[in-house]
Amino acid sequence: MSLTEKHPFRIKDCALVAVATGKKAHNIRELKENLQIITPGSIYFHFWGILLRPRFLDREYNNDFATWVKSSIHDHVLAEKLAVIDPTDYKNMEELRKEVAEIIEERLDEDEWISWIKPTRPFYFMDSHIVVFDTGFEIDRPEQLLDIIPKMSEGSIYYHFIDARKRTDGSIDDFRAWLEGFNGKYSELMEDIATLDPYFVSLTHLKEQLVCIFSKYFERGKK
Amino acid sequence: MSITLNDYKDIVGESVIHQLEQLAAPLKGLKVVHVNSTKLGGGVAEILNKLIPLKQSLGLECEWEVVTGESDFYHCTKGFHNGLQGNSVNISQDLLKIYEKTNEENAQKLHDKLKEADIVFIHDPQPAMLLKYTPDRKGKWLWRCHIDVSKPYRPVWKYLKQHVEGYDASIFSLADFAQPLPHTQYLISPSIDPLAEKNIELSDREVKETCRSYGIDTDSPMMIQVSRFDRFKDPLGVIEAYKLAKKFQPRLQLVLAGGGADDDPEGEAVLREVQKAAQGEKDIKILLLPPDAHRIINALQRGSDIILQKSVKEGFGLTVTEALWKSKPVIGGDTGGIKLQVINHHTGFLVNSPEGAALRIRYLYHNRDKMIEMGKEGKEFVRENFLITRHLREYLTLMHAMLKPEGKDRIVL
Repeated sequence: MSLTEKHPFRIKDCALVAVATGKKAHNIRELKENLQIITPGSIYFHFWGILLRPRFLDREYNNDFATWVKSSIHDHVLAEKLAVIDPTDYKNMEELRKEVAEIIEERLDEDEWISWIKPTRPFYFMDSHIVVFDTGFEIDRPEQLLDIIPKMSEGSIYYHFIDARKRTDGSIDDFRAWLEGFNGKYSELMEDIATLDPYFVSLTHLKEQLVCIFSKYFERGKK
Repeated sequence: MSITLNDYKDIVGESVIHQLEQLAAPLKGLKVVHVNSTKLGGGVAEILNKLIPLKQSLGLECEWEVVTGESDFYHCTKGFHNGLQGNSVNISQDLLKIYEKTNEENAQKLHDKLKEADIVFIHDPQPAMLLKYTPDRKGKWLWRCHIDVSKPYRPVWKYLKQHVEGYDASIFSLADFAQPLPHTQYLISPSIDPLAEKNIELSDREVKETCRSYGIDTDSPMMIQVSRFDRFKDPLGVIEAYKLAKKFQPRLQLVLAGGGADDDPEGEAVLREVQKAAQGEKDIKILLLPPDAHRIINALQRGSDIILQKSVKEGFGLTVTEALWKSKPVIGGDTGGIKLQVINHHTGFLVNSPEGAALRIRYLYHNRDKMIEMGKEGKEFVRENFLITRHLREYLTLMHAMLKPEGKDRIVL
């Protein structure tokens, strides 16, 4: 049996609905205190889930905590420190939670009066319910992705490219995780995929970028 | 000819339609009932008019019912509406009794449908007590609040809270609106239908003819605010802003277009105040339009350079969404759902006073390229976030979540 027969790629899709947690922060200290008690799902939502929620595309920072600190508290130093966090560097939400809390604590140690700044808007902690479902599509050859990706919904792109990072070993997207099973044959393609930064573009744009990478790669292969 | 889900393919893409069909497949045959208080006028009725046929086309057994009552019932529920938006209101015990009795009568009338439904969506406070009067209900009940309840007048909220905390879940348009309740609170923004008469593309000829038929000079600058004649929409503030801006744009015209809704008894009084404020201003047109004047509103919005929604309180502000969809910059009040849609310097400007609105009007007329740029950004923003297909997807997701075993935030079908 060949490797491809052993590792079919099943295309899944997902949809998300946001949930209010009832918790909010009116200053940095409250943000830190609530961070320690909110659900792991809420941390997930503010780092990843936001990509599936209505939002304006011109995002300066890649998570809600950094965006709020910048736009409502106007502390650019803390906003930048929070923005640089790459959630895929952490094994789970608990580790990520600790890191965010520590960065805030550090900043409060540096400049305690920051905790007294009244925000222009409170921070609302949110969570989500996610429904994952099978699309019925399955492929066993990487070049089939060329046809499949343009047909994938934004939810499907989110599931395989963003959500995958907390499901896969090495915190990578499902495409690369699957291509790894081909014993290095697609390492160049995997490198190309790794250059995509999903946080600053819409899922529609991300899909276009993926199509472009796969098209270029398989065009090169034909020559 | 009725619109089907496939008709949206050209606007949102085939993958969106396919996703909705797959998400809905396990819900086929589900009995869903929506209840509100009017079939005509206002954003809620407009959304239900579109959402329900689409849910039906996906195989759900979806129905829409309306509660009815005498004028005192609507006076009471208008009081609730004002109170929930933060106004200090005094609702007498007699009116509350009428509210309760009307709900009891409607519950009796709708009993069989409500009892048998798998999922019931109750919209806003008017029918909120149906839950209490349907004790033998079998399905899940959700309270859908379309109002900005971020800072309610406490006595009104205290009264209503006792009637909504028994629901299985509630839905608010924004996180800012959610209130402490002992159940899950979902957050779903409303939407517009790009294929509705109010939003479809119109020819330039039709736009100009419609504008001219209302005495509007299509060669002169024009702005519009479309909304009910309601104090929360601040029509007087719009007139003030217009007067300030007109010094710099002498040919500027303002259209205030609105109508009443069946469940809004205050509209006439506000209209009189607006007419008084506009006295002697020949370039202000106040149009009282019937609730089905969708195509006229569409043409008037398309004929405008700038669209205003200077509300001081707003649930979501679908008129803003409509304006952005028509590639128009919006000057909106810094409140409610307008904040989610109007992004300063990108899709329009948020303002906090008539003076602020006047300044932005002047800015835009002096930067016409910026108007075009903002219009383009606004349309794409709506396409990605606020069309009915996204709304439908979130409702379907929520239904799966309601039917799931308790305590799981990830449901794998």
